[in-house]
Amino acid sequence: MTPTRPSASVPAIVTVAAAAVVVLAGCVPNNPQSSGTDGSGAASGALAVTSDDTTCEISAAEATSGTLTFDVANSGTKVTEFYLMAADGLRIVGEVENIAPGASRTLTVTVQPGDYQTVCKPGMIGAGVGRADFTVSGERVELTGEDAELKQEAIDLYAAFVKDQVAQLLPETEAFVDLYVAGDDEAARADFPLVRAYYERIEPVAEALGDLDPRIDYREVDAVAEGLDWTGFHRIEKDLWEPAPGALNSDGETDAFDGWTPSTPEERAELGRLLVADVTELYDFVHSDDFTTFLSDQGVDWISNGAIGLLDEVATGKITGEEDWWSGTDLYDFAANVEGSKMAFSLVEDLASRKGAEGEELVGQINDGYAALEEALAEHGSLTTGFVAYSELTDADKKQLSDLINALAEPLSKLTTTVLE
Amino acid sequence: MLGLSAAGAAALLGGAAVGRATAGIGPAGLGPLGGSGAGHAAPTTAYPFEGAHQAGITTPVQDHLHFAAFDLSSRATRDDVVELLQDWTYAASRLTQGLDVSATGALDGPESAPPDDTGEALDLPASGLTVTIGLGPTLFEVDGEDRFGIAARRPAALAPLPPFLGDALSTEWSHGDLCLQACADDPQVAVHAIRNLARIAFGRAHVRWSQMGFGRTSKTSAAQATPRNLFGFKDGTDNILGTEEDRLAEHVWVAPGSATAGAGDAADWLAGGSYLVSRKIEMLLEPWDRTGLGEQERVFGRDKRVGAPLSGGDEFTAPVFGDGRIDIASHVHLAHPTNNAGATMLRRGYNYVDGTNPLGRLDAGLFFLAYVNDPDTFVQVQRSLSTDLLNEYIRHIGSAIFAVPPGIEPGGWIGETLFA
Repeated sequence: MTPTRPSASVPAIVTVAAAAVVVLAGCVPNNPQSSGTDGSGAASGALAVTSDDTTCEISAAEATSGTLTFDVANSGTKVTEFYLMAADGLRIVGEVENIAPGASRTLTVTVQPGDYQTVCKPGMIGAGVGRADFTVSGERVELTGEDAELKQEAIDLYAAFVKDQVAQLLPETEAFVDLYVAGDDEAARADFPLVRAYYERIEPVAEALGDLDPRIDYREVDAVAEGLDWTGFHRIEKDLWEPAPGALNSDGETDAFDGWTPSTPEERAELGRLLVADVTELYDFVHSDDFTTFLSDQGVDWISNGAIGLLDEVATGKITGEEDWWSGTDLYDFAANVEGSKMAFSLVEDLASRKGAEGEELVGQINDGYAALEEALAEHGSLTTGFVAYSELTDADKKQLSDLINALAEPLSKLTTTVLE
Repeated sequence: MLGLSAAGAAALLGGAAVGRATAGIGPAGLGPLGGSGAGHAAPTTAYPFEGAHQAGITTPVQDHLHFAAFDLSSRATRDDVVELLQDWTYAASRLTQGLDVSATGALDGPESAPPDDTGEALDLPASGLTVTIGLGPTLFEVDGEDRFGIAARRPAALAPLPPFLGDALSTEWSHGDLCLQACADDPQVAVHAIRNLARIAFGRAHVRWSQMGFGRTSKTSAAQATPRNLFGFKDGTDNILGTEEDRLAEHVWVAPGSATAGAGDAADWLAGGSYLVSRKIEMLLEPWDRTGLGEQERVFGRDKRVGAPLSGGDEFTAPVFGDGRIDIASHVHLAHPTNNAGATMLRRGYNYVDGTNPLGRLDAGLFFLAYVNDPDTFVQVQRSLSTDLLNEYIRHIGSAIFAVPPGIEPGGWIGETLFA
């Protein structure tokens, strides 16, 4: 995951978080404030968005492809954000943030035909309010910008994606911890894999942050091996799915009760407090200028390498059932890793497909690979309806998934060099 | 995918080949370039990939094997299969000459990309590597489905082998849409070939099972001493040698017009090719090792020291049956061509040890490979072996059959006669 390429070939443009406009495409209107009449032939008038603390009203639910302008006015009492997302509700197509109560900001973005969602996020946390469908019709728009602009755009959008995921992870973690501390284990067990999905989608970010990932996501055997205090999701997992006497830890050797006892209510309160504190630290970091600087320093190859890294997570941890040893919820992590990987890929997809026939072929192979993997994974459930336990997978199921990961990861491993060409 | 093509293969073979360890590799001739005593080829030996027949059949048997069976992706198209065979042909034509798998290979690609070649064969010579490509029955059709428009061209003889008495087959070691047999005198070179060819296939085909082998258990050159199997007996004394053109034509190469499919000459694409039968045969070594020498020799029907038949003479003396000196249930009696209407196979098997099984016993045996121009030859012999004394000590745990297309001209690709 460590880029070895000199960063000089990536422009050191630092995005200022308070910028009024996140410019998302090469065809930049001369004056972004002039509401979308840029002469690209696909103009719609400016769309008006009104966000208060509970609603997110948009003046039209459809538009024609091209450069769209959203004038977002905050009539609520909290600082708000506005997102235009792909239909999967994960991939961010454009966002504008830090809109103070009473203030307005503008989002200008080039949008291709397709189905989208709009959502506001007053308070900058949680899943947002007023999520609504948004449809764009018309012809596909050619991107004419320079690679450098597209690379910066990919970095900006990845930053927005990470912020969005962590902004949902934090309140979900708090709610999960409340259940755990209160001893409502059944409800906590149901929440466990769903809360983790927000984390698993952005795992490369947390892993880049030194000791945060060990505190949040280490398995017992990892913590013991490194002499760390064992905290985080998996410590709580073991309380929620208490091992049977004689069960072995995921190293296949040590007794589950060797050096471990079920947490007392006091210990639960402390473990819960620590997890919320660690996730809060993650939240604070990804919402700081340091994070923007970090991503810009890393460059766009960090994102495409992140797409590969998430698949490696799947190939080495999830497919073997070692990640969620006690809960057996590995397939949830699996699905979230794949979603995060696909999200990262989607941000650099256009950069790759611009690199001639080979680039287009590569992008085609990668898209086919995700489609095949998603289809196979769907045979075992989904994040919304739930997945079967890892133990219910047959060896043939695992081999099929492993083959499909190989089929996807091989072309994906060539993505970075294609993007950087 | 490397995006390789037959044209690329032609370009390579016509051009200067710059490789990882080219010292000693001359223009590919008819046989090994150099060689040391006892029929052992020099490490720098490079066998030509092209020829009337695929290499790796009559080629003097190398010391090590890595064999892999593949299944095609359920999404693979006919074009995918053709391109895979073309890519494999090109890559194999390079690897067998001691070259990296592609021009940029292990070290000369961009820093930001994974290298095309995995690199563990850097600094190693060709080591006599051969790569032989086979096509399984399921490539042609599965449950009546004509997967790639070639069902009508499946030779009638290319069908799963019938069940035999005592079979303990596992799908884990059986069948496959395609196979690759990589043989080399250095195991790392053989593994490198399979690893890189499997990587090229990702997305189009995946490994179904694979097998490492060592200590060749047969010979195809008079200069090679007859090797021993894990029971300690010489095996393959009367094997067909690569120089015996008449026996090869009679028993190994499919003659034009002899392979029949549904209609007319639809299976003639296999002319000049062969059929490959693989059987993974587990050997129960611990009970065998507790068997007296005399009983061991009775089971095989041969003397253990020199391999002579118990009817007398030396290793190469023809056995005499019917006078009681060779047990009628001995392996040599039941397997011998004279007792099987002349049935003869070119054998190319290897010993294997896959570590230790859960009972703490060696997980070992013989990975039997035989090339024949009619799979029924194997069927007849194997049926004869149903009363073999050896059966007490062995179990057949894997089975597969493949059609091995003929060789190619420079610039061609393995399988072109089928898909053309």
